[in-house]
Amino acid sequence: MPSLDDLKKRIKSVKSTQKITKAMKMVAAAKLRKAQESAEKGRPYSQKMQNIILNLTKSINDPQNAPKLLVGTGEDKKYLCVVLTADRGLCGGFNSNICKLAKTNFKKILSEGKELNIITVGSKGLDQIKREYGNYVIKKFSFKDKKNISFNEADEVGKEIISLFNQNKFDKCIIFYNNFKNVITQIPQAQQIIPAEIKNLKISNSENLSYEFEPEEDEILEDLLPKNISTQVFKALLENAASEQGSRMTAMDNATRNAGDLVDKLTIDYNRSRQASITKELIEIISGAESL
Amino acid sequence: MSDKFTVEIISPNQTILKQEADEVTIPSYEGQMGILKNHIPLITFLRPGIVMIKTDVEKKFYVEEGTVEFSDNNLLILTSTARDLVNFDKTLVNDLLKKAEAESNNTDYTDKDRYILSYKIETLKEISQ
Repeated sequence: MPSLDDLKKRIKSVKSTQKITKAMKMVAAAKLRKAQESAEKGRPYSQKMQNIILNLTKSINDPQNAPKLLVGTGEDKKYLCVVLTADRGLCGGFNSNICKLAKTNFKKILSEGKELNIITVGSKGLDQIKREYGNYVIKKFSFKDKKNISFNEADEVGKEIISLFNQNKFDKCIIFYNNFKNVITQIPQAQQIIPAEIKNLKISNSENLSYEFEPEEDEILEDLLPKNISTQVFKALLENAASEQGSRMTAMDNATRNAGDLVDKLTIDYNRSRQASITKELIEIISGAESL
Repeated sequence: MSDKFTVEIISPNQTILKQEADEVTIPSYEGQMGILKNHIPLITFLRPGIVMIKTDVEKKFYVEEGTVEFSDNNLLILTSTARDLVNFDKTLVNDLLKKAEAESNNTDYTDKDRYILSYKIETLKEISQ
């Protein structure tokens, strides 16, 4: 049985922890609104970009000579995995969920005897991955000091991916990130960006339209495809940012509630042992008086 | 029957503009291009220049690059650098101009880069006047 003093100290420490988690929750809630807004504002761009590419793809007559970024190298030997995580912890299962999904994929790729390369964005993912797959990490990005994610950061990552592709370092590129569904639900996702997964795109109703291209479609595709890679990375970063805040908010909300429960329980324990000690003293006094 | 069509300018961060327009002039890669209602479907990309949107009032945007799609009387401009000329800071224009002029002395550039850069300088000069 802990002493009264110990209980008092416990209660005090749990209460101050509760204050911290409550503050973190409120900060996350404020940031979430902003992040969610920019994630939603960013969606049309990437969607429309994919639509244009889809329309372009349909009009390509000669798939053999199509740009490699679109159709791939035709091989399936080398994989590049880009794992996008947060730079900060204390956000529930956010980082671990992405890493778990990524690791299952890594295992599968390696067990099939294929070559694996990893790029990490965000330091938390790197920490979790380097324990088992440290040798495969070829490049790490961290945007810790950036307050808001802009297109420039995504472009940096996108350019790196493209330059690796041009050096023939990989055949397929997969990015891992959390898709922001709502504040409570974030779904870890694996999206293949090279070669582009055309079959997943919505078929738009303008299917039968034949477009006029200026300049030639090959040239447009060559200009557009690298841009699309950066756009997809940017979309993933935005979704991630919103998910991170949402996940942190939920986690901190739970922590605050748990701390409250703990304080209640400890207070009951404290009062009980206080009463017990009073009763004990009374009994001692009474029995002392009786024996006289 | 109105002669208007929808025009949208979207950047990675946000939708900059969505409205009806009578005529839009875009600086396409191979020259200025005017678009009216019922233009045939078109995909092209932009060089640096000014996008002009004409309705009752005229709106102008400075763009450096971008992709344009026109279909079903919907003009879509995807660009990361659209700036409304109304609140385009003069000092910023001059900064960009200086940077572009410095770049044009770079000898590593291909002809395509030079072509784009020359338009950038020209447009910026026009704006700063």
